[in-house]
Amino acid sequence: MLEVRNLTKRYGDFVAVRDISFTAAQGQILGFLGPNGAGKTTTMRILTGFLPATSGTAKVAGYDVFTESAEVRRRIGYLPENPPLYTEMTAEAYLRFVARIKGMPRSAIEDAIDRVVQTCGLESVRHRLLGQLSKGFRQRAGLAQALIHDPPVLVLDEPTIGLDPIQIREIRALIQQLAGQRTIILSTHILPEVSQICEKVVIINEGRVVLEQDMATLKSGGTLEDVFLRAIAKAHDADHAAEATA
Amino acid sequence: MRNVFTIAGREIRSYFVSPIAYVVLTGYLLLGGWFFFNLLARFNLLLTIYSAQQNPQVLERLNLNEFVIAPLLHNLSVILVILVPVITMRSLAEEKKAGTYELLLTSPLRISEIVLGKFLGAFVFVAIMVATTFVYALILMVYGNPEMGVILAGYLGLLLLATAFVAVGVLMSSFTENQIIAAVSCLVSLLLLYIIAWPADSAGEVMGSILKYMSLTEHFAQMVKGVVDTKDLVYFATVIVLALFLTHRSVESIRWR
Repeated sequence: MLEVRNLTKRYGDFVAVRDISFTAAQGQILGFLGPNGAGKTTTMRILTGFLPATSGTAKVAGYDVFTESAEVRRRIGYLPENPPLYTEMTAEAYLRFVARIKGMPRSAIEDAIDRVVQTCGLESVRHRLLGQLSKGFRQRAGLAQALIHDPPVLVLDEPTIGLDPIQIREIRALIQQLAGQRTIILSTHILPEVSQICEKVVIINEGRVVLEQDMATLKSGGTLEDVFLRAIAKAHDADHAAEATA
Repeated sequence: MRNVFTIAGREIRSYFVSPIAYVVLTGYLLLGGWFFFNLLARFNLLLTIYSAQQNPQVLERLNLNEFVIAPLLHNLSVILVILVPVITMRSLAEEKKAGTYELLLTSPLRISEIVLGKFLGAFVFVAIMVATTFVYALILMVYGNPEMGVILAGYLGLLLLATAFVAVGVLMSSFTENQIIAAVSCLVSLLLLYIIAWPADSAGEVMGSILKYMSLTEHFAQMVKGVVDTKDLVYFATVIVLALFLTHRSVESIRWR
């Protein structure tokens, strides 16, 4: 469903993502982990067609992100780190706008709005201005936006950041409920979140994949926190070793 | 095309829910009214003086088109140089700042649809601004007998000028996520295009005519005089198309870097 192969992204001399590869099967929730600045957001921006990669390929739902960008963008729902909200619009008007630019047929739009408003628990704020909503509701509106055209692939960049514990639990439950047939990539640095909802984990550090494993296999190797720290330390040592031999 | 209208529609609605739109519209009408009042008062004074002197040759030359409408349109165009950047500064810059740029660029939209939608939205607002000042021409028509054709040509000129301003404004807004930078660089570009012909008379024949051709004012002045020449229409079309083309490249450039 999702296939990343040897992806590299440079900004001038700085290499944000180097030669990463991983895959996610249909219906899988993939946890995309890594310290801040590891290249998670860059990778997600490449997958959603916002940024081009310097080299490498990525396929979403069988379409190439670079050569068939429009097809990919039609099939992907994306929640960036900051929900992309127009603060002067009401939740409902905003969702209608997003549905239209996602290319939904006019007749399907109102039903789709009702569906995501209900799924994301936005009933009580449906007619309120987005700028007046609390952080939790903004995050839900962002999620509703990503879901409106019922995409087979969802890309969520730190969906629970800045939320209180109750909201985190609600969003988490929502993501689990959304899985089903959908493939979801979820970036975060909150480890318990991943062990609770993800079926597969990819850890990246300094732009490199240091671990790609199914949750079940991974859990036998200790807690996720141990595995995470070990993987990152190992990558760090390997770097130093490489430097020493060079 | 549907996508262009969707984006333009959202844009127009967002103008009217923000106070900027009302401040700009009010300011424009206030200044326009002040110009109109003063030009009319001066015209009245001239009329009284020359009637008292019983000077029929001068009286014949005094007409509403040349003494009220033409200077009014020129003054309004100067105000547009200052106010259009305020309208267009948010166009793409605000999307970048708010993160909604990511939403637009990851939706199955063509870049040309985004650019045209943004341009159309700002154009409709500025066209409303220009249209409201047509009330002054209507007042003159009720109480006097100005030449309608010349007025219409002049307003067409003002509208084309405003449209070219909008295209330049959207372009400047595409370069930055800072609205102040967008507004200032737009203001400077428009002023430059406005006064670029100043050294024309001393710059030699070839250079002088090039500068004159580049100047927005020269082409606008022709239309204010009532002359709708293809040459001037082509000029405005060139500025608009060129600015929109560059905006397209500017938005697209995120995919090259």
